[in-house]
Amino acid sequence: MSNLTVLADAPVLLVQLVVSGILVGAIFALVAYGMALVWGVMNIINIAQGEFVMLGGYVVFFLDRAGIAPVFGIPVAALVLYVVGVALYHTVIRRIVGRDMFTSILATFGISILLQQLANQLFSADIRTVRSGLPSLFFADGMITIPEVNLVGFAAAVVVGALLVAFLRTTRMGQAIRATAQNARAARVLGIDTDRVYATTFAINCAICGAAGGLVAMTWFIQPYLGLTYTLRSFMIVIVAGLGNLSGVIVAGAGLGVVEDLAGFVLGSEYQTAFVFMLLVVILVGRNLWLARERRSLR
Amino acid sequence: MTKSGRSVAAAIAVAVTGLALPWIVPSITTQAAFLWLMILFSLTWDINGGQMGYNSFGNVFFFGVGVYACALVQRDSGLSYYAGLGAGIGAGALAAALSALVLGPAMLAIRGHYFAIATLGLSIVAANVASAWEYIGAASGIAAPLFPGAIGGRAKFFYYLLFALAVLTFLLVRRLYRSRLGLAINAIRDDEDKAEAMGLHTTRYKVFAWSIAALLLGAAGGPVGNLVGFIDPNDLAFAGATFGVWMVLMAVLGGKGTLWGPVIGAVVFHVTQELFWTWLLGWQRVAMGLLIVVIVVFFPTGILGWVARRRTTAA
Repeated sequence: MSNLTVLADAPVLLVQLVVSGILVGAIFALVAYGMALVWGVMNIINIAQGEFVMLGGYVVFFLDRAGIAPVFGIPVAALVLYVVGVALYHTVIRRIVGRDMFTSILATFGISILLQQLANQLFSADIRTVRSGLPSLFFADGMITIPEVNLVGFAAAVVVGALLVAFLRTTRMGQAIRATAQNARAARVLGIDTDRVYATTFAINCAICGAAGGLVAMTWFIQPYLGLTYTLRSFMIVIVAGLGNLSGVIVAGAGLGVVEDLAGFVLGSEYQTAFVFMLLVVILVGRNLWLARERRSLR
Repeated sequence: MTKSGRSVAAAIAVAVTGLALPWIVPSITTQAAFLWLMILFSLTWDINGGQMGYNSFGNVFFFGVGVYACALVQRDSGLSYYAGLGAGIGAGALAAALSALVLGPAMLAIRGHYFAIATLGLSIVAANVASAWEYIGAASGIAAPLFPGAIGGRAKFFYYLLFALAVLTFLLVRRLYRSRLGLAINAIRDDEDKAEAMGLHTTRYKVFAWSIAALLLGAAGGPVGNLVGFIDPNDLAFAGATFGVWMVLMAVLGGKGTLWGPVIGAVVFHVTQELFWTWLLGWQRVAMGLLIVVIVVFFPTGILGWVARRRTTAA
């Protein structure tokens, strides 16, 4: 808590925390948007979301080690994860579409454990990071430090998000995906192959996570067990923003990044993860109380 | 044989096996003790998961509270070993039940998948806090006090403790499902709004049922902490990736929402795990994930559901 006084004495540190929080939050928002897509279209809460991020990170890491720069590594990661997504769809996910939520949560939880333990066995539990070699920018007499790689990550997240939105708005497949999200049965009646729509949606989500994972490996670090924090972060962002609300997801993502940075600074980094999950519980309980009040006012 | 005759025979068989096991094959006493723990885990999970329709992913939280409460009482109370253990187990059970009573009204108001994820968050918060909090040993954990009896006696002693707890749990749960409370939580599972409209105080029933599960899980914490001898926040007390998931999996495997399903699921799961896991050399957790997917996707009604379906098609 003593860090609170430090913050009061040097408000410029606050700027530092807010800015770096927003930059990281863009990556959170990207992963959350993928989760909202799958949730909205297929009615599946994908607990393995974070594991796709982790896998994407490893693809970029190993490509970087083989001498391929992350600029090319990230698209490759997206492509690899797209294939993983298609494979997972045809083996598991298509069998749980339309089943109850508990089944989908438990099944994707199983996938998440499977991928996380596979990564642990194959890549070891070491913490890995991709060194970008980019310098840091200094502002306000060195009080504010912004690594350039975080800016690059932010920009890339924005680009991927924009590409996704453009895809959903303009292409035939994007339109089919949006139609299926609105009413799967009507879409089927009108001749949309919903099975293909689901496969594409799930695979696109995986590709987004893969790209995000590359950004995480560049700006932060990756290890086999980081998945669940990303899953629950996206879950939090989606329930705060609501399904199909892009600007909400962006704001909530940035907000989460900032809050998390502040909490990590004030409480100490050993409590930062605990704080994230506590926030999740608080948000769920709070949302419920708020909904209960809405219901009461209906009477 | 009549139905009551069959259950008497089953009860005698279980009692004889349970009592004699550590004397027939002493080398597996610890593993057998864990078998009873697994049965307790899946039976208590099924109270809220199968019977009430509240699929918790965080019931391991109550177990962890029990483990830590008992260890702290044993460490700080200054009582003699057995008195300290008894007080510790009592404290563990009470602390867990109390936390369910306190958290219950807010948590159990959350429905469906939101509840599942909120409880998952709860257990991870607990694991993170426990591995950062110096007073309870932080990440380095707490060592249980030395058992004063004979060297081989420790495993046997805690084996019988866990056996007794598992039997107690089974009897209590069976009694519970035959009572008004059982009907009430089944009504809540089938249609909560309707149950409420019929005049059931759903929150009261839900919190009470969850607290019973918590009480039993908390009571199991102390013996397990002492049996293992060393309390690690992530690998034993709040082991969400193992115990936390296993609870759910065993109940689903056996057939959730039935009395015997969780027992059968726990036995099948635990025996399989003990027999085959050692061959997999580190790949067992990969197999675990695969197993979850296969069971959930292909056998969603579990072993009992499968048997029931076979029987109806045969008849």
